[in-house]
Amino acid sequence: MNANTRAAVRIGTEPGRVARGVILGVVGAIFLIPILAMVEFTFRAGLGGEYTLDHWAGLFAPESARTYRGLFTAIGNSFVLAAVTVAIVLVLLLPTMILVQLQFPRLKRVLEFICIIPITVPAIVLVVGLAPVYSVVVNLLGGAVWTLAFAYGITVLPYAYRAIQANLDAVDVVTLSEAARSLGANWLSVLWRVLLPNLRRGILAASFISVAVVLGEFTIASLLNRTNLQTALLQVSQSDPWVAVIFALLALLLAFVLLLSIGRLGATNRNRSAS
Amino acid sequence: MTITADLTPVDETTSPGATVELIDVVKDYSGHRALDGIGLAIAPGEFVALLGPSGCGKTTALRALAGLEQVNGGSILIDGEDVAELPTNKRDIGMVFQSYSLFPHMTALENVEFGLRMRRVPAAERRDRAAEMLEMVGLAKHGARFAHQLSGGQQQRVALARALVTRPRVLLLDEPLSALDAKVRVQLRDEIRRIQTDLGITTLFVTHDQEEALAVADRVAVMREGRIEQIGTPEELYARPQTPFVADFVGLSNRVPGELADGVVRAHGTEFALLGEQQPDGAVLAYVRPEDIVLMDEAAASGIGATVVTSSFLGSLRRTRVRLDDDTLLAVQHEVGMHPEPGSRVGVRFTGAPVAASPR
Repeated sequence: MNANTRAAVRIGTEPGRVARGVILGVVGAIFLIPILAMVEFTFRAGLGGEYTLDHWAGLFAPESARTYRGLFTAIGNSFVLAAVTVAIVLVLLLPTMILVQLQFPRLKRVLEFICIIPITVPAIVLVVGLAPVYSVVVNLLGGAVWTLAFAYGITVLPYAYRAIQANLDAVDVVTLSEAARSLGANWLSVLWRVLLPNLRRGILAASFISVAVVLGEFTIASLLNRTNLQTALLQVSQSDPWVAVIFALLALLLAFVLLLSIGRLGATNRNRSAS
Repeated sequence: MTITADLTPVDETTSPGATVELIDVVKDYSGHRALDGIGLAIAPGEFVALLGPSGCGKTTALRALAGLEQVNGGSILIDGEDVAELPTNKRDIGMVFQSYSLFPHMTALENVEFGLRMRRVPAAERRDRAAEMLEMVGLAKHGARFAHQLSGGQQQRVALARALVTRPRVLLLDEPLSALDAKVRVQLRDEIRRIQTDLGITTLFVTHDQEEALAVADRVAVMREGRIEQIGTPEELYARPQTPFVADFVGLSNRVPGELADGVVRAHGTEFALLGEQQPDGAVLAYVRPEDIVLMDEAAASGIGATVVTSSFLGSLRRTRVRLDDDTLLAVQHEVGMHPEPGSRVGVRFTGAPVAASPR
């Protein structure tokens, strides 16, 4: 056996059960220890080491409503931003990608390049460019928080693009749409009855990832002086660090549920294909 | 060369199909001419196969008829109506694609119903007609299955049922059998022909498989470089190829060097009448079918001396390759009783059947 063959065998060999357990344990610990520390922190009474449920109970106490009103408003803002961002992805990006796939396949690379650019631009640089744009946006549409979704529409582009494109590549949309056309369907019916049901997984994945990105976004909102969940958490943490951590945990939980849903969708699809 | 056939129905009593005419149809792809003034007329209820090598324009011609490709010139008529400007969904055609094209999120029954749904047929009638069509293709019990639960052959049957359920004016088949294994291909091929004959629907079938085309079609159009080289019944194409390309592409032909003079090819002491257009006299290659050459024992041979190269058993016949003394290689078809051994000496004789020829 020569050196190349030995190398190939070494690379191709799966780690044993113990090795897999160790790898999973280490990686899991990296994620889990900070989260457990956060959970532990939310039950602390102070720096003395005693534990209490007061911080959690306080969230639901009537007298706290006023204290945390800003935080709840910020959560509402983030959900509005998530909804508008998803709408932008579905109304602008999805039809563009389908059109390129069906009619202009040569533009696929160009579209891919455009869509992945935002991932290479740091948020701070993006804000520098967006600041003058937003002065115009404010003049035209006012300073409502939802306008921030235009910027978020750009930041989620790479993730949404990949999710939808993976689905487009897995489905022969050209043949399906030609088959539907030959059966008498107009373009709207082709889109609604044939393409969208088959792109459901990619669309949901793109939507969930967009929601997760928007809920975790801080830099752009902060630098453009808008209030969202992350900026409000920072503000609250200066006066009540326990509540800030509780909300950070809840946001993490939501993101986890969303990502789990994407995984489940993928698994459902794979199982269906394999059956 | 534009060849247009007569519009003679195959069977006037059972042919509700439409007439189809392609007149001087031209299609260009950025500098490449895919269809070069193609002309084709199909009678109601007729089954025509477009046969040719890859890139000859046969699929483009079919897609132009379907409206999936916009043509740059010429007319496309269905029942006398020019449909060149009509979108695909208004042409009233049924189409089966090369790749499996069932909608993955629908059951087989829902797939078959789709065209009827687009035509706003009431739900009850839709179900009945779709079920009836599934029964026709032998899949009555598979209506509730999704595409991934069906084999390739079953998927193409459902696609056929889906294409036919709307009772379209024309059925277009774009290499529907090429993804299937050999046995299923032959079964489905025969089934397509049976259903087409029962329904009497005008059908255009694209294939690169000559055996498939000759087996199912009423007429076969052989295409080359965007043009129809020859159109005729399978027997005509095989027995009387008008060009060397057709002789070479349809069936097996031996290229025998000879001399053409006054419309007669002379080779190895045999005279062959020339098929197709007249050509200038001179050295030519004659295209001789393997069954037009007789193989004999050398002892009894009064023919041309040759040495056996290989001999293959093909079931009902045997094909033997021999090398003549002038180094010409010939394939000869003969009955299975003869067992020529490689390296043995034999004799061959040409029957003198008419041949196509090309300048040498």
